[in-house]
Amino acid sequence: MVERRSLGDLLPHFILCLGVAIVAFPVYLCFVGSTHPQEVIANGHMPVTPGPLFFQTYYQTLFVGTSGTTRQPVAAMLMNSMIMATAIALGKIAISILSAYAVVYFKFPFRMSAFWLIFMTLMLPVEVRIYPTYKIAADLHLLDTYAGLTLPLIASATATLYFRQFFMTIPDELVEASMLDGAGPVRFFFDTLLPLSRTNIAALFVILFIYGWNQYLWPLLVTTRDDMQTVVIGIKKMIVTADALTEWNIVLATAMLAMLPPVLVVVLMQRWFVKGLVETEK
Amino acid sequence: MAAVVLDHITKTYAGGVEAVRGVSLDIPNGSFTVLLGPSGCGKSTLLRMIAGLETISGGTCRIGDRIVNDIEPADRDIAMVFQNYALYPHMSVYDNMAYGLRNRKTPPAEIDRRVREAAGLLAIDEYLTRKPRALSGGQRQRVAMGRAIVREPLVFLFDEPLSNLDAKLRVTMRLEIRRLHNRLKATSIFVTHDQVEAMTLADQVVVMNAGRIEQVGRPIDVYRFPATRFVATFVGAPAMNLAPGRIVADGVVEIGSGRLAFDAARLKPSMGASVDVGVRPEDLRLLQGDPGANAAVGLPFAPEFVEELGATRLIHGLSGTAPFVIAAPAATTAADMTAGRIAADPAAVHLFDITTGASLASTAA
Ligand SMILES: Nc1ncnc2c1ncn2[C@@H]1O[C@H](COP(=O)(O)OP(=O)(O)OP(=O)(O)O)[C@@H](O)[C@H]1O
Ligand SMILES: [Mg+2]
Repeated sequence: MVERRSLGDLLPHFILCLGVAIVAFPVYLCFVGSTHPQEVIANGHMPVTPGPLFFQTYYQTLFVGTSGTTRQPVAAMLMNSMIMATAIALGKIAISILSAYAVVYFKFPFRMSAFWLIFMTLMLPVEVRIYPTYKIAADLHLLDTYAGLTLPLIASATATLYFRQFFMTIPDELVEASMLDGAGPVRFFFDTLLPLSRTNIAALFVILFIYGWNQYLWPLLVTTRDDMQTVVIGIKKMIVTADALTEWNIVLATAMLAMLPPVLVVVLMQRWFVKGLVETEK
Repeated sequence: MAAVVLDHITKTYAGGVEAVRGVSLDIPNGSFTVLLGPSGCGKSTLLRMIAGLETISGGTCRIGDRIVNDIEPADRDIAMVFQNYALYPHMSVYDNMAYGLRNRKTPPAEIDRRVREAAGLLAIDEYLTRKPRALSGGQRQRVAMGRAIVREPLVFLFDEPLSNLDAKLRVTMRLEIRRLHNRLKATSIFVTHDQVEAMTLADQVVVMNAGRIEQVGRPIDVYRFPATRFVATFVGAPAMNLAPGRIVADGVVEIGSGRLAFDAARLKPSMGASVDVGVRPEDLRLLQGDPGANAAVGLPFAPEFVEELGATRLIHGLSGTAPFVIAAPAATTAADMTAGRIAADPAAVHLFDITTGASLASTAA
C-alpha cells in the first residue's frame, strides 16, 4: 500500500479536500456567527472562532423567535416545513407509484395517452400554473391550511416515469407467480411490488423531501398567517431592509436549523438505500 | 380418467402469430408428460394456456372434471415452476413457499406442516429462513419446486426449469424430479427442448413442431418408431441419417448406387415410389471383408473424418452425394474405415413420404 501512495494519488485528494473546504467554510462561518452577540456581526467584524452564546441564541431562536419581525419561534416554522416537505414527498410518491402501477400492469384504453398526460405535468410546475392554482386554492378555502400548502405541489406525478422504468425491470414471471399464488392486484402491489420498491422509494423520498423543504414561492403566496409560515419564508422575513435592525445571530441560527432536517434525511436515507443497492434484489 | 384434456387448442397472438395450431392431447392422471420441440414451436405457449397465463384462442382445455378456459389461473388447481424460478426476492424461503397457502386462507398449522414436509423432501430445511439471493441456483430451483409442492395441486407445470443450471446439476436435478414424481405421483407437464431430459423424465413424450403435435408416445417408441421425418431427425443425437431413395423391390430401397433392405411387414410403400430413407447412426455398421458377396445390400461409403466421443466414434462421410454419419464402436480401427460399404438391419430402416414427411409404417407400433 505504501509505495502506491504517489503524488498522482495525493493530488485528487487535495482537490477534493479543497472542494470540501470551499463548501463547508460558509456553513462554518454561519455557525460561528450564530454563537456571537448580535452587535458583533452588525459591526461587520466576522469572527472565525465560536462565541459564547450558543445555548442562549439557539434557545431563543427555537422557542421565542425574533423580537420584531416574524414573531414566531423557529420550532413552529420547522414544524410547518417538516409537515409540508413530508406531505409533498409522501404524496408525490403515492400518486406516482400508483399511476406507474396502473400504466405498467393494467391494460385499459388510452393507457399510453394517460401515461404521457401524466408525464406532461413535468412541464407544468406550480410556478407556471400559479395564477389558476391560486384561484382554485382560494375558492376552496385552502389558503393558510396545510392542504393548500401541499396539495398543489403534490398534484403532479413526475416520479411516474421513474417507477415505470423500475417496474418494467421486474420480471413478468414474478407477476405470474403471484397470480398463481392467488394474489390479486391489490395483494401483488402490497406484498411484492411495494417491498421491492423500498430502495427506490427511499431515494425518491430524499429528493422530494428536499424539493418540498426548499419551496418558497408557493408557501409565500398561500400562507399569510404567522403561525403557518415555513422556515424558508421565516428566514426571509427576519432579514429587514434596515440592516441594523436585523437580528443576525438569530437569522444565522435559523439557517443552521433549517439545514438540519434535509441533512438528516439524506444521511439516514443514504445508509438505507446504499444497503439496498448492495443487496440487489429482483 | 385423464387429468388434462386439450381439445383442438389454438393460440393466435395479437400480432397474428399462430403459435399453437389445433392441439388435441390427453394427459393421463399421474403421468409425467414432456412437451418437446425446437425453440419457438409453441411449447411454452401451450403450457401457459393450461396455466391460464395466456388466453385460449380456440378449443377447450379441461383440468380434472372442469373446463378451465374461463377460470382464473389461481383457481385452476395447478402449480407452475418457472425457468428463472420467479421466487419473491424479499421473502424468506419459508414465506416463498407459504405465500400461496396464506392467500388461500389455509390454517397456519397446516401451512407449517406442508412447508416443512416439502422442505424435508427437497432437502432445503436448513435454508428456510434465508432469502433467495443467498441460495445457489440449484437450491433456488428446489425452493421453486417446493412452492409448487406445498400447494398439492392437481397438475404440476414446468417450463424449462433446468435450463439455467450447469450441465452437471441439470443431470442431478433431472433425476431428482423423476424421483419426486415417483413419490408424489402427481400429474406433471414439463416443457423442454432438451431431448435427453425428455427421454429420461417422460412417461409420455409429445413432440411438437411449428405449433402442431408431431407425435405422442412413450420415449422409446418415439425413438424407435418416429411417426414423421421431423421426429426422426429431432429425437436422437447424433441425428438420424436421411437420404432420398426409391423402392425397387418388395422390401428393398435404392439409394444412389446402393441398396438397403427394410422390414416389408412394417413399412408399406408402393412400388417405385420415391421416399426418404432414415437410418440412425448407431444402426449402421461398416461391412467387413469381401464386398462382392454382399453386393446386393449395403451402400457405398467414403469416410471423411472422425469425431472421437470416447465410448463411440462418429464417422462422417458420403454415400454417393448423401452425407452419412456412423456411430462405430471405439474399437474400430483405421483399417475398418476404408471398408467402403455400410449396411443396416432391415428393422432399423425407416421410410418417410417424400412430400408429407409421414412415416410409411402401416400401423404405428
Ligand atoms: N406475447 C407474444 N406475442 C406474439 N408472439 C408471441 C408471444 N409469445 C410468443 N410468441 C411467438 O409464439 C411462438 C411460440 O412461442 P413459445 O414461447 O411458445 O415457444 P417455445 O416453444 O416455448 O420456444 P422456446 O423453446 O424458445 O422457449 C414463437 O414464434 C413466438 O415468437
Ligand atoms: Mg419456451
